[in-house]
Amino acid sequence: MTLSTEELTKKATQARRQIIETVHYAGAGHVGGPMSAIDLLIYLYFKEMNIDPSNPRGEDRDRFVLSKGHSAIGLYSVLALRGFMPVEELKTFDALNSRLQAHPDMNTLPGLDMSTGSLGQGISAAVGIALGAKLQKKYFRTYCIIGDGESQEGQVWEAADIAPKYKLDNLVVILDYNKLQQFGWNAEEGNRKIPVNEPQTRWEAFGWNVITIDGHNFNEIEAAFKLAKEVKGKPTIIIANTVKGKGVSFMENEFLWHSRVPTDEELHDALTELSVEG
Amino acid sequence: MVSLLSEKKETMRDVFGETLLELSKEDEKVYVVDGDLANSTKIDGVALKNPDKFLQMGIAEQNMLSVCSGLATTGLQPWTVTFAAFMSKRAIDQIQVQIAQPRLNVKMFGAYSGLLTGLTGKTHQALEDIAIFRSLANMTVLAPADSVEVKKMMEFAHTYDGPVYVRLARDPYPVIFDEDYDFKIGKAVSLKEGTDLTIISTGTQTSRAIEAAETLEKEGLSIAVLHMPTIKPLDNEAIVQAAEKTGVIVTTEEHSIYGGLGSAVAEVLVEEKPVPMLRVGVKDRNSESAPNEELLDKFEIAPKHIITTVKEALRKK
Repeated sequence: MTLSTEELTKKATQARRQIIETVHYAGAGHVGGPMSAIDLLIYLYFKEMNIDPSNPRGEDRDRFVLSKGHSAIGLYSVLALRGFMPVEELKTFDALNSRLQAHPDMNTLPGLDMSTGSLGQGISAAVGIALGAKLQKKYFRTYCIIGDGESQEGQVWEAADIAPKYKLDNLVVILDYNKLQQFGWNAEEGNRKIPVNEPQTRWEAFGWNVITIDGHNFNEIEAAFKLAKEVKGKPTIIIANTVKGKGVSFMENEFLWHSRVPTDEELHDALTELSVEG
Repeated sequence: MVSLLSEKKETMRDVFGETLLELSKEDEKVYVVDGDLANSTKIDGVALKNPDKFLQMGIAEQNMLSVCSGLATTGLQPWTVTFAAFMSKRAIDQIQVQIAQPRLNVKMFGAYSGLLTGLTGKTHQALEDIAIFRSLANMTVLAPADSVEVKKMMEFAHTYDGPVYVRLARDPYPVIFDEDYDFKIGKAVSLKEGTDLTIISTGTQTSRAIEAAETLEKEGLSIAVLHMPTIKPLDNEAIVQAAEKTGVIVTTEEHSIYGGLGSAVAEVLVEEKPVPMLRVGVKDRNSESAPNEELLDKFEIAPKHIITTVKEALRKK
């Protein structure tokens, strides 16, 4: 799809509104993480990936794995906007028999390429998918979003170690580097400690092509994915500097919004800030 | 009386490695995934003779099982093997979330299962793998008694679309089955008829069950041996029939008495046909490293322990 930056921004705002409305409606879910990852998800689903909502299991489609599975509502919100399901279906999030499980279930909703939710596992599955493509000489690409809190899981680094050994240049991992996790550690002056220090140095040491960007800037996101395609012989990680709760002033950079449910008043205030007009 | 246990002994892992090499040559979808134990688990033949089909994941079992799930979604059939202890405990969350629950076509082999793991002791023995795997929805759990059955189970696993766990043994065991043996998923195998009591066994413990039953036969007791190669789905009907016919059951397995075959059989009997039963398996204790015979003796799963337990069970009849 060829959408302008302005159009992508509108889509992202719409997706953010849906996240907050859904979590408020369901009375459960995560807010901060989905909001920080939403611009990346919008870009992936509206511009980067070769996908077809009318054929969600097409063999040659690009694959996406949400390794930070607790941001599922962010992904569902984008899938709905992209036409994988009616936007109305977001109301079933977390409900009994819903296709929209609290954490992604690949068996229930076409469009999900892997079940995730237990942290650290998605990136390894993405490595397996990219490896499967290489082995069968298929040209689809595999994308995976991981969290910075998730990067405390040892399995992330097991996967980081293997992907370069198989030269998986068809794999792009995106680190949603929002610098907060569910609780974490106290730091000076009421701040929190960063979940993972020096990701750039770490990923470079593991042999990855590392690109660092502002994860809310569509021009930078576009340039990064373009660059990733040009680098051969090794996998790429895009370290996307993001803001947890991005888009709603009172949620931004506030770790308590990791999984807080907005009150009626907070919903109203958030939607006012997330205006799709103009 | 001719013993059901032939003089010929074969090693499951050898046959596993040879069969997997052939499968990897015959089927382009079959890939072999190693966690740096290829020369123990005997898949090194694939690495040497069919290297394009061999994927080394290094010493990182969690990643290895998740990678297998990803491979399976692209239409490949990954066959992965590590020690049963690591497969069942180190990577079980990955197996549940990404293989069992989505019902992906991954074949998992737990090498070096049970107590006899070659002087490696507590960390490398697997006495809980049956209990753990059979508690997972969508999982098929198999425990072969000899190398012929290993091969037959591999043929089954190859044609079956879904996750399968097979527990293998390290050391040689007597060959029980003929080459024309027809393994049927979910079906018990009556190895020996008998009217006084039925021993229900699985995996490597079936050899020891046969030895015990044949010894008891010489003492004038008529003991049936029902081998249970499929732990899940379990052959409930065969268990109920055995209970109806002999009225008393002894189970035996090279596994903890908690959650394994004995527990599975007890669940069926209690619900469908309550009869007296006793279990022979490793009791609630930690294991250790020692030569095989000494381990079987100390942990009370040798044929003599089966014999003692059978006699005790008969008194309850």
